[in-house]
Amino acid sequence: MAKREIQEVNAGSMADIAFLLLIFFLMTTTMDTDSGLARMLPPPIPPNEEPPPPIRERNVFEVLINANNQLLVEKQPMALRDLRAAAKEFIENPMNLENLPEKEMIEVPYFGVIPVTAKAVISLQNDRGTQYQMYLSVQNELQAAYNELREELSRRQFNMKFSELDSDQQSAIRQIYPQRISEAEPRNFGGTR
Amino acid sequence: MAKFKKKKKGGAGAINTASLPDIVFMLLFFFMVSTTMKEVELKVLLRMPEATELSKLEKKSLVTYIYVGVPQRQYQGRYGTEPRIQLNDQFANVDDIQSYIVQERESMRESDRPLMTVSLKADYDCPMGIITDIKQALRRAQALKINYSTRMAEQMAYN
Repeated sequence: MAKREIQEVNAGSMADIAFLLLIFFLMTTTMDTDSGLARMLPPPIPPNEEPPPPIRERNVFEVLINANNQLLVEKQPMALRDLRAAAKEFIENPMNLENLPEKEMIEVPYFGVIPVTAKAVISLQNDRGTQYQMYLSVQNELQAAYNELREELSRRQFNMKFSELDSDQQSAIRQIYPQRISEAEPRNFGGTR
Repeated sequence: MAKFKKKKKGGAGAINTASLPDIVFMLLFFFMVSTTMKEVELKVLLRMPEATELSKLEKKSLVTYIYVGVPQRQYQGRYGTEPRIQLNDQFANVDDIQSYIVQERESMRESDRPLMTVSLKADYDCPMGIITDIKQALRRAQALKINYSTRMAEQMAYN
């Protein structure tokens, strides 16, 4: 067989093509990673169902936001920066006070039988005129309260970050601090906008 | 003058550009991997609210977007300056959400349908009235997993 000469491919235009593609992706790219506050909505209420039994006063942490973005927490006006601490105290009830949620003895894996404020509910209600950012700020503070409590417990018990625990340990901590934020059925109060 | 040597013709040789395509390709791959295509053309003014306690949206294919905000200037003549809802590429009413959700859910794989998440991208200055209406519509449509889209803030501004 005759030897064939191997011809070299001219790669000079490779750079041009690559530049073209590069510029295309540069133009179309949006770098924003999608993140946000995750929430579950309650399922719709069937029309002819009896209202659920009322929850005892001490187990409810009532947060109202009016159309002027002012907070009313447990019937007392409060600044947004104090909300996190107040929510933490409510959820944990460290001194076992009468007016904060009652504790039940529950068996939790890794922890044994410990008192847990299992019935504590945070009730959030807003006006139609409330600013969206204010609503999210409140949601954010409540979320932060839960996250901080879980983080502290995780450090105490496992000496690790909550995010580094395995899923069994995480669900055990979630069992001790179950996240229960309930939003009241919308109602119009305190003026319109 | 003999002290000044005559410069050699041509000066320094041409710069070797053989590695240029490699560098460009590297950048290209970076952008190809990190890019997310713009899904829709925004017709509303969207200034993201801020929060610190965020969780990430995992799978793009499971997410449905609802945009809320004041129409951009070129649409204000037709649609006014009150906050409006945008679904896909059009303005819509609250009543359209239910059929939109059903339609989006139909287009998903059956195994993915329970995992469907609705991402609510709303302007920070929206009144809660319209958001509440959307939430009620989503409840009626049985789309219960939602995500309030926000920007990462280092610390909350308490005013």
